[in-house]
Amino acid sequence: MEIIEILFTASFWAAAIRIASPLIFATLGELICERAGVLNLGIEGIMVSGAFAGWMAVYSGTSLWSGVCFAMLVGMLFGLLHSTLTVPFGLSQHVVGLGVTLLATSSTYYAYRLALPEVTSPPKIEAFQPYEVPILVDIPLIGTALFSQTPLTYLALVLVVLVAVILYRTPLGLAVRAAGENPAAVAAQGLSVTAIRMGAVIVGSGLMAVGGAFLTMSAFDSFFFEMVNGRGWICIALVVFGSWQPGKALLGAVLFAAFDALQIRVQQTSFGTQIPYQFFLMMPYILSILALIIMSRRAEVPAALMIPFNKGER
Amino acid sequence: MRLEPINNPNIARKSVPPAIALLTTILITSVLAMLAGANPFSVFGLILEGAFGSQFALLETLNRATPLIFTGLAVAVAFRAKFWNIGAEAQLYAGALITVLLGTGILQWPAAILLPFIIVASIIAGAILLLVPALLKTRFGVDEVVTTLLFNFIFLLFVSMLLEGPLKDPMGMGWPKSARLIPEARLPRLFEGLRLHWGFGLAIFSSIIVWVIQTKSTLGYEMRAVGLNKKAAAFAGISVSLVLIKTALISGGLAALAGFSEVAGLKGSLTLDLSPGFGYTGIIVAMLALLNPLGVVVAALFVAGIFVGADSMSRAAGVPTYLADIMLAVALLLMVLAIMLTRFRVIRD
Repeated sequence: MEIIEILFTASFWAAAIRIASPLIFATLGELICERAGVLNLGIEGIMVSGAFAGWMAVYSGTSLWSGVCFAMLVGMLFGLLHSTLTVPFGLSQHVVGLGVTLLATSSTYYAYRLALPEVTSPPKIEAFQPYEVPILVDIPLIGTALFSQTPLTYLALVLVVLVAVILYRTPLGLAVRAAGENPAAVAAQGLSVTAIRMGAVIVGSGLMAVGGAFLTMSAFDSFFFEMVNGRGWICIALVVFGSWQPGKALLGAVLFAAFDALQIRVQQTSFGTQIPYQFFLMMPYILSILALIIMSRRAEVPAALMIPFNKGER
Repeated sequence: MRLEPINNPNIARKSVPPAIALLTTILITSVLAMLAGANPFSVFGLILEGAFGSQFALLETLNRATPLIFTGLAVAVAFRAKFWNIGAEAQLYAGALITVLLGTGILQWPAAILLPFIIVASIIAGAILLLVPALLKTRFGVDEVVTTLLFNFIFLLFVSMLLEGPLKDPMGMGWPKSARLIPEARLPRLFEGLRLHWGFGLAIFSSIIVWVIQTKSTLGYEMRAVGLNKKAAAFAGISVSLVLIKTALISGGLAALAGFSEVAGLKGSLTLDLSPGFGYTGIIVAMLALLNPLGVVVAALFVAGIFVGADSMSRAAGVPTYLADIMLAVALLLMVLAIMLTRFRVIRD
C-alpha cells in the first residue's frame, strides 16, 4: 500500500512537524488564555495580523527575528484590547473575541492595501531556512523529521516545554491556573485576578501572532489573504483535544498535522486523484469536530472559563 | 476597579455611553482614512451619498440589507438563548443549495406552489445543518462555537465540490456555477420597475414573526430564561436541551432564507461568492440591534449602507473598502462596552 509506505518516510514526518508548528504556537497561546479563564476567539484574526506584521517588517528591512518580535507585539496589542474588554469590564468573551477577529483581519487587509497599493502578487521575503542540528540530525527517521527544521519550529517545541514548566512548576503558573479554576481564592491570596488574566491573554495573543508569522516567514515567504484559513479555530479545538495541557496539545497538533500531511500525499496517489480535492480539504475540519466529540466527555474544562470575575461579588 | 449595577439609570446614563461609542468609532475611522491620504469628511460624505444618495443607491442598500436581516435575525434568536451560532454562513449556503436543487427545473410547478415549497425546504435545510451542532452540544457537551465555525469551512467546500461536479452548469463556460433558476422559482420584484425583490418583504415579515415569537410566546419566554440562567431555567421546569434545539432550528432556518433570497431574488444561480461573509456580518447586525428582531432591520440597513457606501467611496477616494469592515468591528466592540456602561457603574478602588 502506498499510504503505509508514506508513513515510514522521514520527509513525511518532517512535513508533519512543519505543518504542526504554527498550530503549536497558537494552541499554546489559546491554552494560556483559557487556563486563566478567558476564551480568546480573537485567535483567527490575531494569527492573520501576526502573519502580515512579521512578513511586512522583514519586507521593510528588519531582520527575521525582529519580524517575529514585531508580530508578537502586534498580537499582544490585540490581546490587550481583548483582555481589557473581557476581564475588567467582563464583556461577553464570545462577542469580543469575534469582534477582535473581525478588527484584526480587516485592519490587516487595510494595512496591506495601504502598504502595497500597486502590487498584483505579494512580494517575497528571504524566509527562515531549515537548520540541521549537528549529530542529532543523523538519528534515523526521527533525526531528519525533527532536526532539519527552521529555527521557528525549534522555538515552538521549546515553548511547549517552557509553558508546561511555568504552568506546573512555578508560582506564576499556579496563579494562572488558579485564576481559571477558582478566581475568588486567588483574590483571597491578595493577588489581582484582573492582572493575571490580562497578562495571560496578552502573552497568549502574542504567541498566536507568532503562529501566524510562521506561515509567512517560515512555511511560505509571502502574505496572502485567507492564508490562515480557519487554523485559529482548529487550535481552539486542539486545546480541548489536549485537555488544556501543553504536552497533550502538542501531541494533538502533531497528529493533526500528520493527518494533514498524509491527505496532501494521498491526493497525489492514483487513488486520491479520483476523489474531489475538496473532500481532502474538508478532512482537517471534520477531524477537529470528531476530536472534540471524543474528548468532550472527559475534558477537564477550567472551572471558571468564560466566567468574568468581579471583585466584591459572592 | 469593579462594577456595580445601577438600579434606575437616568436618561444621561442611557444615552451618553452609546453616543461616545459612536463618536469614537467615527474618530478612529477618520484617522484611518487620513492614513490613506483622504479627507475624512469627504470619506463619510461619499459613504452616505453612495448608500442613500440616489434611488439607485438606496435600492442597492435595501438589496444588500436583505440577507443581513435574515442572518442578523438568525444570530439574534440564537444569542438570546446564549446559543452561539457562528455558522450562519454555512446555513445560508444550505438554503441557497436547496434553492438551486429544487428550482432549476426538477419541479415544473407554477410559481405559487413552487416558491413556498422551496422556502420551506430551505428553512428545513438550514435548520438541519444547525441541528447537528445543537445535538452535539446538548448530547455531548461539545462547544457549539467551534463546531458551527468549522461547519462554515466544511459546507463551503461541500458546495464547491458540488459546483465543480454534479451541479456544474454545462453552459457556464467552465466556471464553477450552477444552472440558472427557472422563471417560476424566481422571486418577483416588490414594485414594478424597481430593482428590489420580494426577499426584502420576506425579511421584514420574518423579523415581525421573530419579534412575536420572542415577546408573545412561551417559547420566546423560555429562550430568554435559558439565555439568562440555564440552571434557574431548568429549576423552573424548562427543558434546556429542548429549548436550545428549538432555538437552533429557528436560527438555522432564518439563516438559510438569506441564501434562498439571494439566489431566488438577486443572482438566479449559485456561485461560491454568493455571500461575502453575510453570515459573519449577521453577528454585527444582531449585536448592534441589541438582539431585538425589529432592531435587526434598522441595524441591517445601517450596516448594508456602510458597505454599499464604502464601495462607491473606495472607487472615488481610493481608500480601501476594508475601512468599512474596520469601522463595523470598532462599532461592535465599543457598542458592547457602551451598553454595559449604561447598566453598570465603574468604581475604582
